[in-house]
Amino acid sequence: MTNDFESIRSSDVIFVIGSNTTEAHPVVGAMIKERVAAGAKLVVCDPRRIELAKYAEHYLRHRSGSDVALVNSIMHVIVEEKLYDADFIESRTEHFEELKELVRSYAPEKMESVTGIAPEIIRSVARLFASGPNSAIFYTMGITQHTTGTNNVRSLCNLALLCGMFGRAGVGVNPLRGQNNVQGSCDMGALADSLPGYMKVVNPDAAPKVKKMWNADLNPKPGMSVAPMMDAAGRGELRALYIMGENPMVTDANTQHVSHSLDELDFLVVQDIFLTETAQKADVVLPAACWAEKDGTFSNTCRAVQRIRKAVDAPGEAKADWEILRDAANALGADWRYETPSEIFDEIASFVPSYAGMSHERLENGPLQWPCPTPDHPGTPILHTGKFSRAGGRAQFLPVEWQAPHEWPDEEYPFIATTGRSLYHYHSGSMTRRSATGEFLDRLYIEVNPEDAGSLSLADGEMVRVTSRRGTVAGEARVTDRVPPGVVFLPFHFGEAAANNLTASVWDPTSETPPFKISAVKIEK
Amino acid sequence: MPNFIINGIPVFGEPSSSILSAARAAGIHIPALCDHPVLEPIGACRICLVEIEGRPKLVAACVTPVEEGISVLTASQRVLETRKAIVELIISNHPNTCLTCTANGKCELPSLCSELGIRRPPYEAYNKDKYPLDDSNPFIVRDREKCILCGRCIRVCERYAGYSAVEFQGRSSNTIVDTAPDGTLEDSDCVFCGQCVQVCPVGALAERTAHGHDILWETNDVKTVCSYCGVGCELMIRVHPETGRILNIESDYESKTALNKGRTCVKGRFAWGFVHSEDRLKKPLVREGDVFREASWEEALSLIGEKISGIREKYGPDAIGFFSSARCTNEENYLMQKLARAVIGTNNIDHCAHL
Repeated sequence: MTNDFESIRSSDVIFVIGSNTTEAHPVVGAMIKERVAAGAKLVVCDPRRIELAKYAEHYLRHRSGSDVALVNSIMHVIVEEKLYDADFIESRTEHFEELKELVRSYAPEKMESVTGIAPEIIRSVARLFASGPNSAIFYTMGITQHTTGTNNVRSLCNLALLCGMFGRAGVGVNPLRGQNNVQGSCDMGALADSLPGYMKVVNPDAAPKVKKMWNADLNPKPGMSVAPMMDAAGRGELRALYIMGENPMVTDANTQHVSHSLDELDFLVVQDIFLTETAQKADVVLPAACWAEKDGTFSNTCRAVQRIRKAVDAPGEAKADWEILRDAANALGADWRYETPSEIFDEIASFVPSYAGMSHERLENGPLQWPCPTPDHPGTPILHTGKFSRAGGRAQFLPVEWQAPHEWPDEEYPFIATTGRSLYHYHSGSMTRRSATGEFLDRLYIEVNPEDAGSLSLADGEMVRVTSRRGTVAGEARVTDRVPPGVVFLPFHFGEAAANNLTASVWDPTSETPPFKISAVKIEK
Repeated sequence: MPNFIINGIPVFGEPSSSILSAARAAGIHIPALCDHPVLEPIGACRICLVEIEGRPKLVAACVTPVEEGISVLTASQRVLETRKAIVELIISNHPNTCLTCTANGKCELPSLCSELGIRRPPYEAYNKDKYPLDDSNPFIVRDREKCILCGRCIRVCERYAGYSAVEFQGRSSNTIVDTAPDGTLEDSDCVFCGQCVQVCPVGALAERTAHGHDILWETNDVKTVCSYCGVGCELMIRVHPETGRILNIESDYESKTALNKGRTCVKGRFAWGFVHSEDRLKKPLVREGDVFREASWEEALSLIGEKISGIREKYGPDAIGFFSSARCTNEENYLMQKLARAVIGTNNIDHCAHL
């Protein structure tokens, strides 16, 4: 997030797109509702009528996969009616003319056939967002999990730039990150193309830095991300895989493909707290301590680094992941002597400039938001206040054309299946299904619109089968107008009925994220 | 800033503050039940009644603003008698099951009775079995017979959770806090965030996990951060000092370091049972054909060393990949990418950020 949670209290307009906030990030959902109750205006764009839609000034049920068309048509109105922030554009951005030119052909009247949204609603939303004074954008996986995910994000950044919604309280582009430490994993360089702190592997400074800090020779070739690695395993090019705390057999796209790829490996190590669907395929399984059993830090969605603390002992011989990794590295020829997470954190602080001012000791006093470059720096709640972090300090408009999704309903597969999170579960369910939440919701359900249920003579609670070109899954029908006609929704937490049997292992060319939100399917009783 | 007097002592209050908060700031005790540090006062329980000299009526200190020059008595005979009568009415309509109540130790009634010199309920108003126990969900048990109608749960639900799952229903002695009449929490707006349980001053709301366990006065409390979504809520894990097992998870509305400011969701508060699940992995496992057998750490690690080194030698470092984890700590993610880059020599390292 460019901004912090406190910033929400200063928002006048809150624009939520592709985020079922009250289920996937309930505490932020409550903060947004609190702000709306105090008078802020809420715009919700989502094909599913999520709970937040109840509180929205405008609820836009746009078609799945039409996000860029929708946002471009909003920008068309802002440009046409000259509602943009000319001073901000002049002083802090580049390439405005290109954006202007591109959105010219996105008149809302013309885009209605793509988005399904009436032009007068687009015009009202455009005026509301531009008038702010403080308008904030929130998005999640409904934006990123498409083959055009990167372009979806770019178009939202364009919208915020166009209206000058950066660099102060109440505004910003705010992706709500799905996992407790997905921000931190990225910051730490658990990425195929970046070292800790986002220095690119191909940067000429990277190899000398690795030599100096780790006394090692950096491989100059960027690696593969998750989905391409899975493909490479399937082709026999990747021979060994070491998986820590992930369960791709349930959470990655196209379960059959994942299963085949893992079977093709010569050697698979899985380090986890349970014998997950993925661990069952391993050659070696290493027992790990869970979050309540170890010390360390997590970095949250607004870049706040926080201490986690050991509360209970790990069972049996299970060890903290950092201990296991140290021992595994030593078994592979290293000589690592880390004794505490605090010591590892100090090394991180010496490697990553934006963490340089932090230590476990300092974090005892509370969270710090990066960048925090020196021990007396208070942290940075809001990014881009004076300038953007590009050479020259200006942000760049990156105008993008709408592209149709990778797969669209046709005669044989006339529905769209979209997957997501339920309030009561978390990802592959290995934790939540073994807790009280698992008792509350113990099986797959599939949301079906009443109109579609009617034409199938499908009653609430009856079993319904959903089939895509990849695979098939069956679950109990929930007949509800939360989903529009022609769309079914499946939570993806249930390994025995994995929604990812349906999804395709193709991906966005830049982010390499698969399109979990769109699969063409047929449904049968 | 108004100057006024409490029990003969000069006190200063912020212009907008109540008599109760000004008294507390000055270190003067006024008992209260419906009051809660982070909830709007509503003057429901009347325990905080005080006397303003020269005025005929007693007033609830929590909802009465301070005024220049007033003289407040917090413990006059009139105040104490009235306060005592109110608490006597509450406990006369309260089940006498303290020995088995899950709120034993945290309930706010015993010390109030003690302070006011109440030894037993003076009336027989308690109507046994009027409301059945609602334990129909796996998270929260509602025992409406114990409810004292303070309305903290109603206020926390609306103000902090952003829902209105429960409301005052019925009138007079039939007033209860409930969902739609005769409904269960499941049928209401309730999302089981459990914040109502935390603010309940008695045993009317309890975690289901609190039932069937010994009642503890002392626990080991550990402040940490939730391990589910990316919001990063601060939580307090309460641990049994002898068994070392988690008793429950709470939050702190007054914490200066909590980004969530005390808010939680159902997963943060209730989805911790997995920690003590019987099927946790406890020993390394090594595959033998179609089955696993338990192995020592030494054996498992040397097998990893041998196999991965062999593959590296034969096919090069880029034939090896690593999936790190957004569930693990920064320290662990840092080590895994360092393992990939500095020990193996590949950039094939990623995690679920691309999913």
